[in-house]
Formats: sequence, structure tokens, C-alpha cells
Amino acid sequence: MSPRPGFVLEVDRSTPATLFWHGEGFRLERLPVGSRVLYPPEPLAALPDPDAAIRHALENPLGDSEPLSSLLFPGMRLTIAFDDVSLPLPPMRPPDARQRVIEAVLDAAASAGVDDVVLIAALALHRRMTDDELRHALGSRVFDAFAPHGLLLQHDAEDPSGIVHLGVTDQGEDVELSRRAAESDLLVYVNINLVAMDGGHKSVATGLASYKSIRHHHNVRTMQHSRSFMDRHRSELHSSNWRMGRVIRDAGVKVFQIETTLNLDTFPSQFRFLQRREWEWTLRDRAGFQATRAALDRTPPAIARQIFSSIRSPHALSSVQAGEVEAVHDQTLANVHRQQLVEVSGQTDVLTMGLPYIGPYNVNSIMNPILVACLGLGYFFNLYRGRPLVREGGVCIISHPTPWAFHPVHHPSYLDFFEQVLSETTDPLEIEAKYEESFATDPWYVHLYRTSNAYHGVHPFYMWYWCAHALQHLGQVIIVGGDRSAVRRLGFKPATTLADALEMAEDVVGRDPSVTHVHVPPLFLADVT
Amino acid sequence: MRELLVERSLPRFAAARAVSALAGSGSAIGVGPLRLAERDPLPLPGDGWVRLRPLLSGICGSDLATVDGASSRYFEPIVSFPFVLGHEVVGVLDGDESGERYVLEPVLGCAARGIDPPCDACASGRKGACERIAFGQLEPGLQTGFCTQTGGGWSDGLLAHRSQLHRVPGELSDEGAVLVEPTACAVHAALAGGVAPGERAVVLGAGTLGLTTLAALRHHTLPASLLVVAKHPVQRELASELGADLVVKPEELERAVRRLTGSLALPRSGAPERLTGGVDVVFDCVGSSSSIAASLAVVRPGGRIVLVGMPGAVRLDLAPLWQREVSLTGAYAYGSEQTADGPRSTFDLSFELVASAGLDRLVSARYPLERYEEAVRHAAHAGRRGAVKVVFDLRRPARAAWRTRDQDDAARRDDATEAAPSPDGSTRAPRGPDGAAAVPRRSARGRTRNTTTEPVEAHE
Repeated sequence: MSPRPGFVLEVDRSTPATLFWHGEGFRLERLPVGSRVLYPPEPLAALPDPDAAIRHALENPLGDSEPLSSLLFPGMRLTIAFDDVSLPLPPMRPPDARQRVIEAVLDAAASAGVDDVVLIAALALHRRMTDDELRHALGSRVFDAFAPHGLLLQHDAEDPSGIVHLGVTDQGEDVELSRRAAESDLLVYVNINLVAMDGGHKSVATGLASYKSIRHHHNVRTMQHSRSFMDRHRSELHSSNWRMGRVIRDAGVKVFQIETTLNLDTFPSQFRFLQRREWEWTLRDRAGFQATRAALDRTPPAIARQIFSSIRSPHALSSVQAGEVEAVHDQTLANVHRQQLVEVSGQTDVLTMGLPYIGPYNVNSIMNPILVACLGLGYFFNLYRGRPLVREGGVCIISHPTPWAFHPVHHPSYLDFFEQVLSETTDPLEIEAKYEESFATDPWYVHLYRTSNAYHGVHPFYMWYWCAHALQHLGQVIIVGGDRSAVRRLGFKPATTLADALEMAEDVVGRDPSVTHVHVPPLFLADVT
Repeated sequence: MRELLVERSLPRFAAARAVSALAGSGSAIGVGPLRLAERDPLPLPGDGWVRLRPLLSGICGSDLATVDGASSRYFEPIVSFPFVLGHEVVGVLDGDESGERYVLEPVLGCAARGIDPPCDACASGRKGACERIAFGQLEPGLQTGFCTQTGGGWSDGLLAHRSQLHRVPGELSDEGAVLVEPTACAVHAALAGGVAPGERAVVLGAGTLGLTTLAALRHHTLPASLLVVAKHPVQRELASELGADLVVKPEELERAVRRLTGSLALPRSGAPERLTGGVDVVFDCVGSSSSIAASLAVVRPGGRIVLVGMPGAVRLDLAPLWQREVSLTGAYAYGSEQTADGPRSTFDLSFELVASAGLDRLVSARYPLERYEEAVRHAAHAGRRGAVKVVFDLRRPARAAWRTRDQDDAARRDDATEAAPSPDGSTRAPRGPDGAAAVPRRSARGRTRNTTTEPVEAHE
């Protein structure tokens, strides 16, 4: 039996309360009668033999690429780059998709007599991964074979001797890349496509690039012209990356792209109520929900964070494709859409969402207020194709505790951004013009990015730019149940309850507004007509 | 004559010290050495002395330290008991029908003490450094307000030597005038810091002394950036208005300085990172162990720390001062300052600054003498209660705490047409819509607006 597609529920008097994520917790909310609730599709079937599927993809490449085995030869320099800790979410149960693919590539390289092999975590400007995180992503066998010999690297966008300038796009964008990757005979990129934004030329052109390069597409103008950045053909973010990818190709860098997609089997069985529609909850689901909520109510936030951070997702591979970047990515997108697209008719006045405990940039960390804004207004708001789910001038209501808390190691520049920049202005354009450069070139942030586990100094700016399209589009943002000071610092309105928030929203959008709730995660992509 | 008298009573000082240490500044007012007394007028000590009737008299941090029993014992030989507190004074001469107002320069130097020839410091205009503050025709007392023979501003009358008096320009309000003395301290400190053009400075603390130091730095120096540490919202707002480039909370200081200076940092277990660089000058307008430690944490190697707030006995790790070759210097009182135009009286510079920066806005609460307990408590928690400078209002006739809207409108019309103060020397702050006193606020760039504060015109 094929899995059920996504579903749009219209709330009536008999509809049970709707589950809202609320950080490391949940809320059950009664939505007004007539509201819509958008549910993700059920998970696609897992590939029955993922290792065989990977081997098949490597030897049957898409586009004008030769099979991987034909590209490998003794004496060559092989670099294998892979997505970092920001993917997938939550981290998946071992073996991770990267481990499976990289082991297959390494087997092929060994069979071909390739000795000079280096692995690089494609961090872009993200924090360095810990050894445990690397071991989880790659598996112990790969980690132990490469890390002790210094052959498992993490991309350093600030290493002056490790970056090479490859050229300029026809739009004047500098293209800089990891020297090791650029000077290899073959660059294999191993990707996990959790959402439609991931992959394609963005993998190499962003993941292995420098700040000088990344700034051309990670900026306010680009984000405001990406409608949305989950729709590659209407995304200026992707257009820029595609231009850069072609410069990389024309500079002679041979890229063999391997992209994987995962199904929406996101949470382990003890949390399976998170993947079910409330009216279909069984007695076991209800008991699981009540027990979880009761336990969380009695658990300090830091402990709750640890508990949630230990969740390992049962995500399964739903497809794998390899070969030439653009051909591969077209197929990947089709597979992502096959799993995640949900047809939605028309926009709404008020969009509601509950944010979970995790986003791409707080794995094993704290979701600070800037990341709350980014997850809600950057990622979830942009989970659309066609038109935004909420109409222009509408209201977005977010449920999250939004604590005034920052991870001291991972997010040092975030705290300064929050305290110094957002206290002055929340206007992305003003922030970009006035503050970005000083944060991006701050020697202390550079030092922490290169040697510790800190995000680059400019990263909080990118998180704020990620919100730029939503900030431009929306009439108001309300956060329910958040730290009031932190919410106000973000420039948003705090509300104690969803009912209060809906009342406040009426001041912006008028009486009896239409309301739509996105029931994520598991994630889906709304195809709004 | 009514006075707020401080008597030598070891039990009361000890009780005040214990209670204020436990319950905070201002809480020991009932058990400490301060009491409201009726005494006959003091005799004039000699030639050149006159009787001054205060109009407004400020409550200063050093006054609070005395009331709290927290002053350093260093001061014991240079004060004489009993004394009447109050050294921030604007008043009129007793029996002078002209209504001419004067600000008191409270240092009791050689001239006031009848010492001739004066000491080297007084001869060179550095009155604050007078070497004779316990000698001459007066009992010991470094300033009016700490000398048994002069009385002090927290009273209906005190004695002043003519060398201590500065005539108040007619256009300057009483509120502005009462800020001249603390502002003179700030001007002296700002110039003592020697901030060169392009240097970066931190002002730590945003009470009266911090805000006036900020104004003085903005007026007399050309720093590349001025960062102010302010604990309370009203202080942060005023610091921005007075020209701070960046205003941060105390817990944000190290991170803000690190960002401002591009410094690196060294990890410390269980504590914030320690900066490798820092700002050129820190003006510590608090004077506590923690504020001096914070100053040491954010000053660059070879930088300067100017102690503006009165410190007491402090406990401090001086290793960073030694290893980073930091200069720690005090800035007390005033006298004569070297300017581009040659030496000038600090008080003259202060009068100009008070007027140009609109520092009268810092006076946020006025109390009659008999409500001194409330006044002291208010001053001790000024920032938390949305105030900066709390003063005793000794103007006669006493003004009503409440007036009708018609009276209010009439007063506002009067204020608009009369630039000079009323014949009794009093001025009236405009009122907010709820009838509460409103303090006119002007930004350093000339913006004017009214901000309502709590109802403080508390004459009964």
C-alpha cells in the first residue's frame, strides 16, 4: 500500500486539539473552527537495499558523467567532501547516509589503487564538528582510518593558504574554493537532501567556499529575491550558486556529485505520536504523549535539551543518485517533491507554527532567539512553492520558549549580535550595511571559527537575512510562550497564549481571519496555488 | 535652624555599616548617625565668610557612604564632628535682596582657612589637592559638608567663604546650578584621563557622576568611541542622549569591549574570557572592588584607569595592573584645568557644560528637608527608581505638590515667557499629562522632549 499523501484538514467542532511543537516540549492548542491544518505526507518506503542502490548509482551516473570507477586511477588525488552536522535533522540512526556512500566510494577508490584520499567536512562558515559528530556521520571504520593520519579535514574558509580563487561569474561574483578540492583530480561530494534547498551546485560552491565568495549570495537582496529559497528555479540564492558552480566546472574542477534523499520517518517509535494526525492517535499514542509531556514539565530545560539531543531519527534512504551535478540534482528534487509536496489552495491571513527543539544550526546546542527567528521565518515560512502560505501583510504566530540563552562555544558572535546589533535595529538592510563586515572580519571570531567549535562571526547575520523575505512580507510576527524580553529584542510581539496571539493578529489582518497551521516536523513543502 | 546633622557616634556608625551591608544602601537611615536637628546659627569663622541660604542641595554618593557608615576610615582625620552633610549647593546670600544665586565650590582650601601664603597646590589653582585641609582657622574638613564650623547644604543655612562662591548666570535654572559641582568633578576627571583624539574610552557607571563624565568627555575630548556601562533603563536612555556611542549593561561590558577593539581573548575556567587588548582609558565612576576589577579587565595594556567614583577599602587582584602596565589614577574634585585657551577654572568649564549639555535634566526628584529618610532611600536606589540626581528643595515659599490644570497651564505659559527664574529663585518643572513632574530632556544633539518621572515635588 502506498503511503498517504499530505493532507489539509479543516478544523470543525469535533476536531481534537492540535499538537504544536514548543521547543523541548509541546502544546495542545484548539484552533478556531474553519482553520486549516497542513499535515505532511506519510514516509515513502525505504530503499530495500541501500548499499546496492548506492553502488548502482555510482556505476550508472546521470548526465554526462562517467561511472565513478572510470574516474578513479592510481596516483590520482581524490577528495571526498560531505555535508556537515547541520544535516540531517534530527541526526539519523547509524549508519548515516554519508557513511554508507563514503564507504562505497572508498571501496571503489581502493579497488582502483587510489592512495591519496582526503575527506573534508564541507562546513562553509558553520562550526567545526566534534570527533563524536564526525564519527557518527562517517562511522567508526572511516573515522579511524582517516582521522589519526590527518586525512579527515574540516573546511577552513579563513585559511589564506587553503583557499584558491577560481574566477568570477558573469555577475561579478568571486568564486573561491578549498585549494585541496580545487586541485584534486576528482572531487566527490556526498550530500543529504533533507529539504529542496539543499544540494546541487550549492553543495560545493557554498560548502567549500570562502566568506568572500559566500557573501555574494548570502545577503539581504538575494534572500528577498528568493521566492522561495526552497524553489530552486525562483531562488536567487540558487541562481548565484549555479553561476558559481559553472565557474568551478569551467576552471577544471571535476565534481562527481552523489545526492541522497531521506523519507519522512523522522522520530523514533516512542515519539511516534509526533508523526500521526491527532484524530488518529491510538491509546498508545495518547499515553506516549501524556507521559512525555508530564516528564518534560518536571525536567529542567538543560536536561530536556540533552534528552532531545539524544534522539536519533529512523530516517531511511529513499533515493540515491550520482554523476553530473545538475542532472543529479534535477532527479534529487523530483524525489524530494515526491516525498514532501503537499498541495494547498490559497493563502491564509494568519500562519501558525510550533518550532521544535532543533534546527540546522543548534545540533547538540542551544536554540537561541536568532535561531528561533531563522527556523520560523527563514526555514518554515519558506517551505513553499508558488506563493507563501500566508498572504502579504499577514501574521505569523510562532510557538517556542525563545530563551535568552546562547551556547558559549558554538555561538559567540550570536550573543554579540543579539545584544549589540538587534538592540540598535532589526532592519536587515541596515544591519548588513552597518555591521556585517566588522563581525565577519573580527579576528576573535575568525580565531574561534578556525580553532574551536564556533560558527563564523558573520553567521548570525545570515540567520537574520534568512528571515528577510518573511520580514518584508509579513505584517506582524507573534511568539507564543517566549521569553518576553528576547521576543521584543527580535522586534516581535510576545503573547502568553495562542488565543491572545490570535486576538492580537486581528488588529493587523481584521476580524475572523483565516488561519492555517503547518504541522511540522516532519517537514513538507507546500505547493500553494 | 534646621539641619541634617551627622554626629560622632561609633555605635550608630557601626549599626549603619552593618544594616546597609545587609539590606543595601539607604536602609540604615533610621539607625545611622544622621538626624534632623534644630540649632542656633553657627558663628562666622572670620573675615570673608558669609551666610548662604540653600535653594537646592544634592545628595551625592559620598554623602550616602557617610549615611551608610561605609566611608573609608582614611577620612577620619580630615573631617570634624558634628557636621552637616551637603556639598552640592546652589543658594542665595542671607539678607541679599537682589536674589543673586551662587554655587558653592566646597573644597576648604587655604583661602577659606585664612592660610597665607597658600600651599603649593592652592597657589597653582589645584584646590582639590590642598595640603592644609586640617589646618588654619577651621577645624579639619576637606570640604563644606564635612567640617563642623561651616555647616552644610542639607540645612536652612550654611557658612561659605567668598572664595568658594560662583555667581550663577541668570538663565541657568536652580536644577542646572546644583549640578555644577558634580559636573566640575566630571570635567576634572575627563581632562585628567588625557583622552587623545581617536582613542577609545569606557565610562563605567551611569549615575550622576558617570553621565556628567560622559558629557564632559563628549564636550572636551575627541574619542573614537565612547562606551558607557549603565545598569538601569533611565541611565541607558540618558547616556544615549548625552552622546554615548554604545551603551551596554554591566554583564555585556567585556564582550562589547572585545567587539569594539577587535581584541582576542584568553579562556578562563568558570569566568568570562579575559581580553588580550582593550580600550585606552576607563573612567570608573563607581569605585567598588567589582568596578575596578571590571576596569582592569577591559583596559588595554599600557592603558589608564581613572577612579572618578569615591572608592573605599577594596579587595583587588593587581596582577593585571602589573603585568599589563596599567596606570591607575584618582580624579578628585577640581581647581584649575589646562585647556587650549590656557588655564581655566574647573567651575567655569562646568557652568558652560551644564548649560550646553542641558544637564539640569539629571535632577529627577526633589524632597523637603523633613522627608530626608525618603530622600536618602530614593537617592540610594535612584537608578532602579528611574532617577538620577535627588536633591533637597529648600526654596521658600514651599511649592505645592499638586496644582490644578489651570494652574499648570498658567505656569507653563510663565515658563515659556520667562527665561529667568522667578524672584524667589525657584523654577518649576513642566508636568506630564497625569500631573506628575516631568523632566525636560535634551539630547546632545539638541532634541527636546518631556519624560514623565514619578511625582517627586514632595513639599508638604
